[in-house]
Formats: sequence, structure tokens, C-alpha cells
Amino acid sequence: MPSIEFTANLAHQTTAPKCSVLGETVRDCLQAVFAQYPALRGYVLDDQNAIRQHVVVFVDGTAIRDRRTQSDAVRPDSELFVMQALSGG
Amino acid sequence: MSTKLYLGTRKGLLEAVRGSNGWEISRMSFLGVQVPMLLPDARDGTLYAAVDHGHFGTKFHASRDGGATWEERACPTYPPKPDDYVEVVNPMSLEPTPWTLKKIWALEAGASDGELWCGTIPGGLFHSTDHGTSWRLVESLWNHPDRAKWFGGGADWPGIHSILVDPRDRRRLLLAVSCAGLWESRDGGESWQNIGQGLRAEFMPPDQAGDPGIQDPHRIAWAPSNPDTIWMQHHNGIFHSADGGKNWREITNAAPSAFGFAVAVHPHDPQTAWFVPGIKDETRVACDGALCVMRTRDGGATWEQLRTGLPQQHAYHLVYRHCLDVTGDGQTLAFGSTTGSVWISDNGGDSWQRLSSDLPPIYCARFG
Repeated sequence: MPSIEFTANLAHQTTAPKCSVLGETVRDCLQAVFAQYPALRGYVLDDQNAIRQHVVVFVDGTAIRDRRTQSDAVRPDSELFVMQALSGG
Repeated sequence: MSTKLYLGTRKGLLEAVRGSNGWEISRMSFLGVQVPMLLPDARDGTLYAAVDHGHFGTKFHASRDGGATWEERACPTYPPKPDDYVEVVNPMSLEPTPWTLKKIWALEAGASDGELWCGTIPGGLFHSTDHGTSWRLVESLWNHPDRAKWFGGGADWPGIHSILVDPRDRRRLLLAVSCAGLWESRDGGESWQNIGQGLRAEFMPPDQAGDPGIQDPHRIAWAPSNPDTIWMQHHNGIFHSADGGKNWREITNAAPSAFGFAVAVHPHDPQTAWFVPGIKDETRVACDGALCVMRTRDGGATWEQLRTGLPQQHAYHLVYRHCLDVTGDGQTLAFGSTTGSVWISDNGGDSWQRLSSDLPPIYCARFG
């Protein structure tokens, strides 16, 4: 199962534990986490369900390409990291 | 007499209390997080706060114990953008105005228990009837065809920063938008009219200067005792209306400057108002390095410059639009600056005492 981990800074604001989730895309993985921790959604996605402007998601070390719908593929052993972007915020 | 002052700052929400030794800062909430707007709701004692995490967006919190503990409530969110939506283009930048929350910029109590109104950048007005547990975008305004004329003033996108709810008829709402002038509803937000004859926009070509729909009101305020009298700190002047905002006259004798952001009105005397002047536009600091508050007590016929207790040399403070407040008795005022100072007056502005000079930039100051 892919694993997904969140920047420690999110833990100061809401519940954001490291998880293993089922999913074939980044969107699947994120939605699986949000189903378990609904309050986390608004910290990662904006109100149009895109990745927030100053949040970045890495899959196996590479930033995802589809920030709007998160269709980037993940493998069963992928490691996902949700980080703050240094772009600002 | 108010005994609490709440400050939304660049680095959290501060509470100050009036004790036997005067005003003291007593609590910090949301340390490290921006608090652009807050509302101490006098109806039931709830304290609301908009917090902007930067990376993680804006969130909305409420406290039932004056800020000791907080719970996260729903944040105003724009509904899904329709697939066939025709983009509203900012007439200045020619870029599409975003369909997403950028900032909570106004928060006011409505008519019924738990009713709230929330103004935002990029120009959406939101309504809650359940203490902020849920929010609804006011589509009558968001879908108004004239929104295509709205543009940002200072910010990249237009924003609703002032919301007045008429205490005589709470279905009457008056919004001030930078930059789209004044918008009035008389039916609780079901329909809207752009009003404001007599306003003047120096930043537009002369033939458009009087267009009510392109004005940049920095802030509007009225006395609850007389909501027909409204004061406006505008981008290029101070204006006064005696008929609920339909018509305005420019006040041209305010010294040292008619530029600023904030205005407060005496709750029981609509002819008394306070402003915090600055050098206009491109400079935006206190005039001549000397901070003052301007007060009129006669509807703008004459002005006093209140300086006692305020720094008069090398003072470069700017006071944002939500950073000046007056208590219900009209006696106690407070204002906070971009350079982290807060002053309080207990005599209507005659003299001031600095609460602190060590705070983060102040975004919002409200008595509770």
C-alpha cells in the first residue's frame, strides 16, 4: 500500500498522521486520508479541490504534475509526502 | 464599559484586558498564524477569528470562553465553479478573478441569533445562520453582471472589507468594496444596488471619476443611533453622507491629510468621527513622522489633531482599515499600527497611552 506522510507543521493545526492507504492515484490516496480525517482536507486542498497554492505533494521524490485533480499515478509501494512549498505562504 | 480589546495580528490573536492598573496584554492565541479578522459577538459572547495559515489557507474558529479555548468551524468556501462559467476578468490586469477564497476581510453580526456576514477577497459575500457552522455564498452579488467592473485596490483582487447591518431594519445591508464602491441591499441580500453619487476617484480618467462602481472606499462606518449618517475614508479623501449612502460630499478641510484607511464614528453622535491620517498613496506613513488622530465633532466642519501621547518624531506608523475601534460609550478608542504599536485612549482621543510597541503588525482591533 502507498504510504502518505504530512509535514510536521500540519500537526500543530489539525490531525495529520502518517498513513498507509489504498489508491492508484494521488487523488485516491488523499481522499482515503480525508475520509478518515475530514478536517485535514481544507489544509491540503483549496475550495475547488486543487492542491493549495503553497502546498506541494511529492510521489517518490518527484512533485506531482496535476495539482488541479491529482491524477498522478502511484505504485503500491510509493511514498507520498505533503509538504509546505517554499514558494511562499 | 468594555474591558477587553482583541487584536488580530501578523503572528496571532492578542487579548488585552482593562484591570486595576490599566490595560495589559493577557493572552496570545494562534501564535505564528495571521489573524486578518475577528469578531467579538456581543449577542452571545462568542469570539470568532479568521486565521490565515499561509501555506494551509484560511480557517475559521470560534471560542465560547473569550479565547481560552477554540474550536474550528466551517470556513466560507466558494462552491464548485460551473463547467460553463464565463470568467469574470479583472478590468485592470485582464486576468480572470479567482473563484476561490483568498482572504476573509470582513465579519459582522447579522439580525438573528447566530447570523453572520463575511466579506472576502476576491469579492464574495458569505452568509451563515448557524454561528459559522456552515456558510453560503451570496450568489445574487457574486453573479451580478456589474462584478465584471470590480478590481483590486492594493490587493490583486477586489474585496469586501466593510459590512454595515442597519439596526433599524436588519434586511438593509451596506457593503464597501475595494474597488467597486458601495453596494446596498434592502432585502437581506437577495438583490443589490450600487450607490454613491458624489464620490470621486482620483485614480481614474476624469470622465470616469464620478462612477459609483469604481470607487475605492477604504472603510465606512456609521453610528448605530443614526445609520443615515455615514463616514467614509476613501482612497483620495474623506466623504460624508447624510442620506444612507446615496449621496456624498467630500470633506476637504481635514488636516494634516485626508488620506488614510481607518474611520470610527461615535456610537451616539454621528457628527463625531475619528480618522488616522497618513501621507497619501505611494508613501503611507504618518505625516511628517508625527502620528496623530483627527477628530471632528461637527460633521466635518472643523477638525482637531489629537497628538498627546503619540510619537511626534520619526514615527512611521500606518494604521490599516480594521485597526481603529471605539467602545459603545464613545469614550474609549484603540488603534494599532503596521509597526506593532497599539494605543488606547479613555477620553475620546484627547490623550493616548501606548499598550505596547513590540507587537506584530496589527491587522484588526476590536473591543469586546
